[in-house]
This record gives sequence, structure tokens and C-alpha cells, in this order.
Amino acid sequence: MPDPTITLEIFRYHPEQNETPSFRRYEIPYREDWVVLDAINYIKDHIDGTLAYRWSCRMGVCGSCGMMINGTPRLSCAAFLREYYPNPVRVEPLANFPVERDLVIALDDFMHKLREVNPWLIRAHEQPLSDGEYRQTPDEVAAYKQYSMCINCMLCYAACPVYALEPRFLGPAAIALAQRYNLDSRDQGRSQREAVLSSEDGIWDCTLVGECTVACPEHVDPAGAIQRAKLASTIDWYKRVLMPWGGR
Amino acid sequence: MTGPYRRPVPSTWWLHNRAYFLFMLRELTSVFIAAYLILLLILLYRLNAGRGAYESYLRFLGAPGMVTFHVIALAAALFHTVTWFNLTPKVLVVRVGARRVPAPIIAGVNYAAWIVFSALVAWIVLRG
Amino acid sequence: MNEISEHDIIVVGGGAAGLRAAIAAVQADPRLDVAIVSKVYPMRSHTVSAEGGAAAVIKPNDSLDEHINDTISGSDWLADQDVVEAFVREAPHELIQLEHWGCPWSREPDGSIAVRPFGGMKIERTWFAADKVGFHLLHTLFQTSLKFETIKRYDEWYGTKLLVENGRCQGIVAIELRSGQVRLLAANAVILCTGGAGRIYPFTTNGAIKTGDGMAMAYRAGVPLKDMEFVQYHPTGLPGTGILITEAARGEGGILVNKDGYRYLQDYGLGPPEPWPRLRAMELGPRDKLSQAFVHETRKGRTFAGPYGDYVHLDVRHLGEEKINTKIPFVRELAHRYAGIDPVHEPIPVRPVVHYMMGGVHTDVSGATPLPGLYAAGEAACVSINGANRLGSNSLTECLVFGARAGRHAAALAAQHPPRDRAALAAQARDEASRIAATFIRKDTGAERVAALRAEMTRAMEEGTGIYRDEASLRKTCDVLRELRDRFPSIRLDDRSLSFNTELIAALELDFMLDVAEAVAHSALARTESRGSHQRTDHPRRDDTRFLKHTLAYRTDAAPRIDYLDVVITRWPPAERVYGR
Ligand SMILES: Cc1cc2nc3c(=O)[nH]c(=O)nc-3n(C[C@H](O)[C@H](O)[C@H](O)COP(=O)(O)OP(=O)(O)OC[C@H]3O[C@@H](n4cnc5c(N)ncnc54)[C@H](O)[C@@H]3O)c2cc1C
Ligand code: SF4
Ligand code: FES
Repeated sequence: MPDPTITLEIFRYHPEQNETPSFRRYEIPYREDWVVLDAINYIKDHIDGTLAYRWSCRMGVCGSCGMMINGTPRLSCAAFLREYYPNPVRVEPLANFPVERDLVIALDDFMHKLREVNPWLIRAHEQPLSDGEYRQTPDEVAAYKQYSMCINCMLCYAACPVYALEPRFLGPAAIALAQRYNLDSRDQGRSQREAVLSSEDGIWDCTLVGECTVACPEHVDPAGAIQRAKLASTIDWYKRVLMPWGGR
Repeated sequence: MTGPYRRPVPSTWWLHNRAYFLFMLRELTSVFIAAYLILLLILLYRLNAGRGAYESYLRFLGAPGMVTFHVIALAAALFHTVTWFNLTPKVLVVRVGARRVPAPIIAGVNYAAWIVFSALVAWIVLRG
Repeated sequence: MNEISEHDIIVVGGGAAGLRAAIAAVQADPRLDVAIVSKVYPMRSHTVSAEGGAAAVIKPNDSLDEHINDTISGSDWLADQDVVEAFVREAPHELIQLEHWGCPWSREPDGSIAVRPFGGMKIERTWFAADKVGFHLLHTLFQTSLKFETIKRYDEWYGTKLLVENGRCQGIVAIELRSGQVRLLAANAVILCTGGAGRIYPFTTNGAIKTGDGMAMAYRAGVPLKDMEFVQYHPTGLPGTGILITEAARGEGGILVNKDGYRYLQDYGLGPPEPWPRLRAMELGPRDKLSQAFVHETRKGRTFAGPYGDYVHLDVRHLGEEKINTKIPFVRELAHRYAGIDPVHEPIPVRPVVHYMMGGVHTDVSGATPLPGLYAAGEAACVSINGANRLGSNSLTECLVFGARAGRHAAALAAQHPPRDRAALAAQARDEASRIAATFIRKDTGAERVAALRAEMTRAMEEGTGIYRDEASLRKTCDVLRELRDRFPSIRLDDRSLSFNTELIAALELDFMLDVAEAVAHSALARTESRGSHQRTDHPRRDDTRFLKHTLAYRTDAAPRIDYLDVVITRWPPAERVYGR
């Protein structure tokens, strides 16, 4: 019996050479324990050095290797060939982002949005370092921990139809990041993040499709973060309108 | 150099995956619910306009087409309610200490409340 | 090329060390404009993969002297003791600073910082955020850096050369990946924070980007690489992929057993097996000893044989699901995904794997290299606190302490605004652009493939410079590396385009790795003693009379020139390394 093989159909686009993208098929050895990224590395090393893509950690934590695999946003280092074998695997760059080249997308917009939500600890008064750490109980850590697990892989953006139709939408990961700081007992900056969150392109653009949460490899649950932000923002609004003297 | 390539979003995007399709379906249910509300408003208006108007409207509602519509609207409302209830655990995060109250319990409370209220309404309507 | 970007300070690298350096520089002098140049977006830097923790004295049962002691004996007395003292003193401050910036450290019930035991440490002092410490640390630093408007970033710019003019480092040349353009970035000071070089080996915990670029750039600029022969093997990597199973698994109580279910470490001077986890003993011994014990077990035929080499078992089952889920959830996830087993119910197959470079760019205690204007910090540098063997959880802290130090010192230098030789810099950058074009892009001859040469290099490194070394195998490795160096010019790329040419980057990385690999092999050949991670079967003793010294490797067109520098000994005279008792 010949050694088993598997076919990859890979999206190719080169800004210096093509106007439009095309797909190229590669037949490569099939290995049970290979992830899609191993297959792509095999192609790069042995068949076609021109294929461009990003990767580094190969253990699902650096967030660079997100791709559409058979139409679903996945980390290519965590998607095993055996999930698809013997059928061909179709690999495309993450949906909803402009393509720089082949499987490499442009993430300027995403980086800009991360910055927009002021993702750092904001305090009215800094305690001097010599006074030691801010106290935070395990329960208080648990209150925001989930939202701090985001690896910025952007699979959630690739899964979000709202972002597809309205690229100005702040989007799942950025909102989850805002929530991460808002829910941190050490932080006092929620009002500074509110302007961006409840702006025209903020949380209210979300129509609760929920696919971001399904796509997220880190169980961050960005959909939940967005809905909680909506709830908190609504409560704030009522407080402001009904109790204008409330001082917040 | 042609620069970064922007892939077009086809107008059929919501047919490409089950989740998007179900999402569109949920959005679509609002149309039925809205139509049902309009019928209800007309009912109130007719009731106000006198017995004859009211009864002819009731006859109109009894027509097979209208019954079919109501069955569909009921299904849509149920679908919307169920999907919505299933989403509530995402919005409502209740913590007991470091542990989050599990999603099925939060959704379960919604369903329980739903059953209680429905039973109450049924009791009021069917009693008389 | 006509654009020059000018900054006061350029930090090359956006990992823990680079981000910390940049923030320290702008905080030291808010008027300075600081640029971070990184070949990947900062949050992709390999700091992200660190799992176990960061060490600093914080608990009342601990003391600075204990941390110093552990670090120095861990280093097999090759660490500079003045540097270790500075490190241990500043470590708590740095980790509290991270806490104030929002790092989600794990806590005690009363809200204070929690610590866990780590290998080679006599007292538990490793701060952790479950088992994704590097990830949280990196994202906290990155997000905090966004707050400073004077920090400008060049993401996905690949540094190829340091620019030295008038005896000072005045900038770098870098390729902007998106456009493929070669650009000149000028500065008053450059801080190299480019990380380690694990990728010179075939089997490593290191990600694809750890190719020793900064080490090689400094080496080419005439700066020596220090202690390069000391390469740390981590005892517990997953066979096949080399993915790390953190030492925290043992810190929390995991045990290592051979195929007979026997805790074999007791046979190698690591102490009686009960009770565990016991600090500085058995599974919590230092990494060099544990990896060496594995080799002996294999020779005795007491390890398992697998398709990816021999392995032993790391057993955490007795910790129970609850503890595994709260303390080491990532271990469970990784073992499940990449080894197909659930550690709650089955032991994890593990084997030693190349993990960390103790050596690096030679710097002093403030991060300054011998080349004025050039600083280095983090894994790329060697200050040295790690000596012949790094203790787990010391290096994240090292990135912070010495990143900050380098940032502050570079800021002081940059504020003096030394004159810049713009015309000369531009000429150098033009030459560099032509070199890259001529060697790789506009060349149609040659038949060597990047991947093939790289595979030969990594194989040679594994064969000659592994856990145990001897003269014959080292010489052979040196010869192979020389031959690869000679073949390198015949590399022919499939990809001749500009935009996002990752094959070109891979070729440049290989070029750098060959330099680093040669420095490792030749430094190892010259050190005819055994110390820490450098074990010579032909010279099995530590030799303090001849080798209580740092190796300095200087680049020449032929083999590296090897020189030595005395280790700084202050209060801790060399003694025998004792564990297990
Ligand atoms: C799997 C794993 C687990 C670990 N666990 C621990 C632990 O628990 N505790 C501990 O203390 N240590 C641990 N370590 C070691 C520690 O993580 C590293 O030593 C440390 O993170 C190195 O940080 P750095 O900032 O020096 O480099 P890195 O984080 O590797 O960053 C290097 C930076 O330099 C940039 N760069 C490199 N070359 C170029 C170039 N040519 N041009 C432009 N930019 C360039 C990269 O883009 C990157 O931003 C671990 C290491 C590994 C691999
Ligand atoms: S929220 Fe999840 S899917 Fe989105 S970027 Fe973060 S880790 Fe990725
Ligand atoms: S390569 Fe890092 S997440 Fe896949």
C-alpha cells in the first residue's frame, strides 16, 4: 500500500502578481499526529517556498496562526489533519480581514481597536510600589480572569457577520478586553472606556449572533462580554437619567 | 502592486453556515411577531368599533389562512423565546464565590418562570 | 532607499524584555521618543509561551540571601555574584510593578500574592498566574505600553544589521515585511531584546521565531557572545513536538517515573524520594541534573521507547482533577491536545528538550555591551545571573529587571543626544540593501534549500552539543557547521518577491543561526571541564582553577576566537552543588 496522502487547497494571493486570488492544490504525506500547520510547513519546506503565512508557538498561545479551515476560523496549530482526512482541507486567510498575501491578513484595524478601549489599569491614585501589591482575593480574580485569556487570534472577528458587514464595529475581542479591565477590582477606569463602548460602533452594533464565542479557542466568551457590557451600560444610563444627583 | 485584497461579502453569506442561518431565522421571527401584534391591535380597534365589527373580524381570523399564520407565529415566538432564554446565561453572570453559576441553571430559572407565568395566564383564561 | 526614521532609542524586540525596556526608557525621560522594532506583533513574542512563573522574594519565610544562594549554586558558580545580588534585590519591585499594571497573579485567600515551589529553589518564591504566566505577563506589558504615546512601534519589521559608525551603535537596518523595503532606523541607543536561539536545535520548546537574530547581529558588530556553550535542556517536553510541560507540574507535586514506575531521580544524587514535593530535591532538583539523569536511565534501558525517541512518565494523577484544573489547566489542555492523554487519568510522556540559552550578548550589570550605544537584555543577553544553569522562573524576572535597567541606562545616554553620522549610516544601509538583494532576491544560481540546510544544522547541533558532549563529536559538529557556512551562499529561494517574503526571512534567520551555532559549538569545544549544563564525558570534573571564567566568543571570518573573563565572586566562594539533602 502506498503511503497515505492528503490534499490541501490553499488560497493564494500575491499583490505584486495577481489582481484576484486563486486556489492551489498540494498533495502531501498524511500523518495522524499532524496539525494543519505542520502540513503547511511541509509544503513551505519541501514543495513551494513562496507560500506566506504566520506562525510561531505551535502550541495555541501566540495567536498568530488563525486561518479559515474548511470555512471555519481555527488556529492551524490546533486543527488536526485527522479531523478532515481523507477529504481535502481547504485553507483560506481569516475571513473579514484584507489579505496582504496568501494566508497573511492585515491586522492594523484590529490593533487600532485594541488601543481604543484603553486596555490598561486606570487608577485615580497609584499606590507606591513600596507599599506592596494591591490586594485582590481569588474571587475578585475570578471575576475578570476569563476575559483576560484572549490571545488576540482574531478568530472571533472572522466569525462575526456584523464585522463583515460593518468593519467599523469595535468587535468581540476589543470589547472583551474592555470588560477585562472594567471587571478588575483594581481598576477605576470604567467611565473612560464607556465612551468607546457605547459609541455608534460599539456594543450596540452587536446583534447577538454568538458565533464569536463558538469560534474562540480560549473560552473567552466575547459574546457574553458584549451582552454584559450592554447590561452594565443600560443600568448606568438609567442611573444617570433617574438619579442625576447620583454623582456618577 | 495591487495592495491588500478585500474579499467581497456575498449577499447569501447567511446561507453559508448553520449558525448564521439560525441567526437570520431568529431575526425573521420578529416579522411574524410584529404582524401578530398588528392583528392584535386591529382586534382591539374592532372591539371598540362595536359588536358587528368585532364578530366579522373574528370570522376573518378563523379563516384557514389566518389559522396557519397564527400557528407559524406561535412557532416563531417559541423559537425566539427558546433561543433567547438559552442566551441569557451569557448576559447574566451570577457568581457564588469564585464559581460561576452554571449556564443550565440560569437558563433553567428562565424556563421555570416561563412555565409558571404561562400556567397563570392559562388559569385566568380557562377559569372563566 | 531614502527614508530615515529617527528615534532617541530603538528597542529591537517586543517580548517581556523589550517592552519593559521601552516603558522604563519613556518613564525615565518622557521627552524621549522610543521605537520598538519587532519581527512579530509584540503579543506573539515567545515570552507568551512561558508557563510556570516568575521568581522574587515576597514571603516572610524567604530572604534575599536564600534566593541569591539558590541562584548561584544553581548556576554552578558561573553567575556573577554582584549581578545576582542586584537581580534578587530588584526582583520583588519589578513583579509588584507588574501587579500594579494589572497582571492577574494568582492569590492567597487574603488577597496577597500566592507563590509556588520551583526546581532548584529552597523556598517557594515563584509568582504565578495559573500556568500561563508568560502570556499574562506579556499581554499586561503590551497593553500597558499602549498607554505611552511616546512609544512608537514597527510591528513586523525584521532587523538585519546593527549600524556602527564612529565606534558607536547608531541604529539598525530592518526589512518592513509588508512592503519588503529595506529601511534605515537611526537612534542614539539600541537595546537588543531579541530572545533566545532554541531553533538551532531540532527538538525545542522554542517557537519558530527564536532564531538568535540579535545575538548574531551583535556578534557581527564585534560584540562577544558570552557563555554560549551553556544550553538548557528542560527535562519535561512532549515527545515529537517538544511542547513544554511546565516545571510547575512538579512544583505542584508531579513525579517522574521510569518504565518500571520507579522514581529514578533518587539514583542520581537527588535525594531520598519521600516526602514530596520536597524543595531542592528529587523532581524539584535543577534542570541540568534532571536531564542528565534521563540520559543515564535511557542507557540503562529503563525508559519507554516511542516513535519520537525515549521517554519517561510525568505523573500528576495524585493531585486530583480539582487541583490540576486550578493550578495547571494549560498542562491538561496541552497534554490532551498534543499527546492525546488526560493527565487526570494517565501519566504524561516526557523527555528532555532544548529550552533556554544561558549565554548571549555580553553585557554589564546595567545591560550595556562593550559597544557604546548598544544594550541588551532578556534571553538575548548574558549579564550573567544564569551561569551554567538557569533556575526555572528566574528568566521572566530577569527580562523585567534587566530590561528596565537597560531602558534606564539607554535613556540616560540618549538624552545626551550624541551627534549622528547620517550620510555614513545611509551609505551602510544602502550596502545592506544591496547585499540582501544580491544574495537572495536577484540571484538565480545555486541549488540549496533553506529548509534542508537548516535541518542539517539542527542535526549537527543535537549530535555534537547535546546533554553530554566530547571532543570528537564537538569537532565534527564544528566541521559540519563550517561546511554549511560554505554552502550557504548557494541558497536559492523560490520566492523573489518583496511583499511578505517569509522565505527570505527564513534564509536570513538561518544565516544568523549558523553564526550562533558556531559560537555554541566552539565555546563548548574550548571548555574542557564539566559544569552545570555543559557536561563533557572526556572532562567530567568541574575545574575552578582554569574555568571559573566566562567564555567570550568573538566572530572572525574563520572559526570564532575564544577568550575568557573572570567570574565575579563576592560572598559565595565556589562549593560543591548539593541537592536532595
Ligand atoms: C515554553 C517556554 C516556557 C518558559 N517558561 C518559563 C517560566 O515559567 N519562567 C521563566 O522565568 N522563564 C520561562 N521561560 C523562558 C522565558 O520565557 C524566556 O527566556 C523569555 O520570555 C525571553 O523573553 P525575551 O523578551 O528575552 O524574548 P522573546 O519573548 O523571545 O522576544 C523576542 C522579541 O524579539 C523580536 N525579534 C527577534 N529577532 C528580531 C529581529 N531580527 N528583528 C526584529 N525583532 C526581532 C521578536 O519579534 C520578539 O518580539 C520559558 C521559555 C519557553 C520557551
Ligand atoms: S476573544 Fe477568543 S477568538 Fe477572539 S481574539 Fe480573543 S482568543 Fe481569539
Ligand atoms: S502558532 Fe501560535 S497559536 Fe498557532
